[in-house]
Amino acid sequence: MSGIRKLQTEVAIVGGGIVGSSAALALRRMGVDVVLLERDFCGSRSSGVNFGGVRRQGRPLSQLPLAQRAHRIWGRLPELLGTDGEYVRSGHFKIARSEADMASLERYRALSSDFDLGLELISAARLRAECPWLGTRAVGGSLCIEDGQANPRLVSPAFALAARRAGAQVFERHQVDEVAHDGALFTVRSGNELEVRAPVLLNCAGAWAGAIASQFGETPPMRSRSPLMAVTEPLPRFMAWSLGVEGGGIYCRQVERGNLVLGGGTGITLDADRARAERDGIATLAMQAVELLPALRHAHIIRTWGGTEGYLPDREPVLGPSRTTPGLFHGFGFAGAGFQIGPAAGEVLAELARDGRSDTPIDAFAIERFDEQPVSSLVPT
Amino acid sequence: MTTTTGELRPAIVGAGPAGVRAAQTLVAHGLRPVVIDEAPRAGGQIYRRPPAGLAQRTARTLYGFESKRADALHQAFDALRGRIDHRPDSLVWNAQDHQLDVLHNPTRGTSRVPYSHLIVATGATDRVLPVPGWTLPGVYTLGGAQVALKFQGCAIGRRVVFMGTGPLLYLVAYQYAKAGVQVAAVLDTARLADQLAATPAMLSQPAVFAKGVYYVGWLRAHGIALHGGVRPLRVLGDEAQGCVTGVAWQDGNEERTLACDAVGFGYALRSETQLADLLGCRFDYAPLHRAHLPVRDAAGRASVEGVYLAGDGAGIMGADAAEWAGERAALALLSDNGVAVDTARAAELERRLDRITGFRHGLERAFPVPDDWAAHAPDELVVCRCENVTAGSLRRTIADAGASEMNRLKALSRVGMGRCQGRMCGVAAAEILAHATQQPLQQVGRLRGQAPIKPIPIRLVPAEGAGA
Repeated sequence: MSGIRKLQTEVAIVGGGIVGSSAALALRRMGVDVVLLERDFCGSRSSGVNFGGVRRQGRPLSQLPLAQRAHRIWGRLPELLGTDGEYVRSGHFKIARSEADMASLERYRALSSDFDLGLELISAARLRAECPWLGTRAVGGSLCIEDGQANPRLVSPAFALAARRAGAQVFERHQVDEVAHDGALFTVRSGNELEVRAPVLLNCAGAWAGAIASQFGETPPMRSRSPLMAVTEPLPRFMAWSLGVEGGGIYCRQVERGNLVLGGGTGITLDADRARAERDGIATLAMQAVELLPALRHAHIIRTWGGTEGYLPDREPVLGPSRTTPGLFHGFGFAGAGFQIGPAAGEVLAELARDGRSDTPIDAFAIERFDEQPVSSLVPT
Repeated sequence: MTTTTGELRPAIVGAGPAGVRAAQTLVAHGLRPVVIDEAPRAGGQIYRRPPAGLAQRTARTLYGFESKRADALHQAFDALRGRIDHRPDSLVWNAQDHQLDVLHNPTRGTSRVPYSHLIVATGATDRVLPVPGWTLPGVYTLGGAQVALKFQGCAIGRRVVFMGTGPLLYLVAYQYAKAGVQVAAVLDTARLADQLAATPAMLSQPAVFAKGVYYVGWLRAHGIALHGGVRPLRVLGDEAQGCVTGVAWQDGNEERTLACDAVGFGYALRSETQLADLLGCRFDYAPLHRAHLPVRDAAGRASVEGVYLAGDGAGIMGADAAEWAGERAALALLSDNGVAVDTARAAELERRLDRITGFRHGLERAFPVPDDWAAHAPDELVVCRCENVTAGSLRRTIADAGASEMNRLKALSRVGMGRCQGRMCGVAAAEILAHATQQPLQQVGRLRGQAPIKPIPIRLVPAEGAGA
């Protein structure tokens, strides 16, 4: 044992998910020194095991500036990461299963018109003609042709790898045991191995970020949840679009190899570190999938899984400065929808770390919005 | 303990030697276990029974020296009829909250089997270290070749080469030759010196050792070529015709080939541990088995209360040990619930199991897994056939993305992501990862188990509450 290794840097990041990793990459591209600590492997939790939807359509308007910024980053993925991560702008189709759903999609198109998402409403007749593979419950829907899908298992680790190549010091399998602030510098310690001191700390620890925030007197009412995923054996390609359903429930996409990736419902959390699919959830998801895509009726499910992600009551993330501690910035609680906007959230955090501000509007994500919460709702469950 | 046996609902997964003896022991103490098994008839792999309509071969011809044991096990199971809840043709695909999810394959119906205690006797499959050409039709694992003979009453080819190492290598070759199939050669990666060095340890089970010696002697006496210390190079074949035409191997400095139309290969067995994994059992690396295995105490208790592990599913110890471990685990289950059991018998079973450990060490010494396999695996070798992942692409992933752990390697390369979920390719991928990163095998970890244990139809008939 040669004692604890001590590092001094400009920005320390806790959490190597897509947010923390892309923040590290953005900081390095600005020439800022950065050290990132990840308890497991970068992108091995929610960032790496999510559905893989890269979608702007359907997001709250508050997230669209961030989503648009992310959209531009996704378009430059090979240049940024040296890999495309199987990202394709395959189109994202949101299905309406009733006239009311259709009206709701129409409303969304009107409300989001400032953002140039290119949404196109598709009627039942056209759907029948062009998408015979869709089940009969679909009465129409809204297509965002520039939205798409990617392979999260590849993309999220690739951000970390790119950050490392750009000069970030990335420490995987380094759980953070202690975070302290002396008024000027943060000290982040991982066991007896590593101690990092920096004037700026980015809290990007996903479902585990609440613990860090609470050390600085901020306890947003975050809950952990585990979205449930399943994948079928490879089937002949029949569907290019990534599918969602208005009102939620199920989402699915077919990858290049032919497997259908399905998501919907909630898994079970085994302990602080692990989650898994749950039997009733799998059955429900399977039933909905066959109803949505009758072509699946003879397929087999070969694998199910779940990641653990943080959810805040309004399903918006916390993104921005701490209200108690100068130099601390949060980026967590993406409610299972952080994959697409993650890279933009990372860039915003990098700007906050360097300049204290960002041109991308993030007021809706301020941690202060929970200040008025009654104490009872602050107890994590 | 005040539990009465009436409150116990034990379930046993697997009806091989371990599961059958466990069931028998529970029944003898007044319990009525549920016995769930993927096969239509009990017996496991080693004592697998042909379908009822295909029983033209006698137990003697099917099981050879093992026929008495096979008969005894089958009879023991048949005698349980009406006293157990037997669920044949049934796949346990998930476990959660003291309930097993079971898929009845012929009907595709699903049920939930609640249990108070569970004996996991899930057995083993072949340990596969692939060789170029192994994806050709006509190449089988040793276990697969044996199943064809015992269950389907057919051979994998007319002129067959058996290749790899382990006791099964000679046993299957012997069984094939006895059945009238031309065995072109037996190619063993172990050297004669390995076997000689292991003899003292193997003599701890003289009867088993004698059988092994007998198979080798019989094969030799019948003019079948036995080559030791070989390195399999490739299975030769006609890609267009999709058939095997021969094998090539390295014998010292010399490359040799032999014509054949089928190959059986394997490197002994590996445990089926997914169910134990889904149950949350703690795993440790077991050097003797070159694998991460669920930990158990001498009686078979797993780290999860109420779960017991027996047979090859918890570590490859062979059929005899499986019978003892099954009985021992059942006794543990009973005594843990306040049922009086024969403690002398329990102690005797533990002694036997302990003694066989020495023999197992001998076997590993006699038939070592070729630890230079990864070093010689060519880049174009397909390691994961579900996802068509080659050794080269694994090495590139390891080098380029820095994958140093199995689940990471799976995520980045797709190895083990297909229908078999790593049951076939996991061993080889771990060897390649360990070699490429210069880590000991134990440090590369193991693939996490995920439901379903085997693929399930998406149109699951949802189970209504508790099954039974």
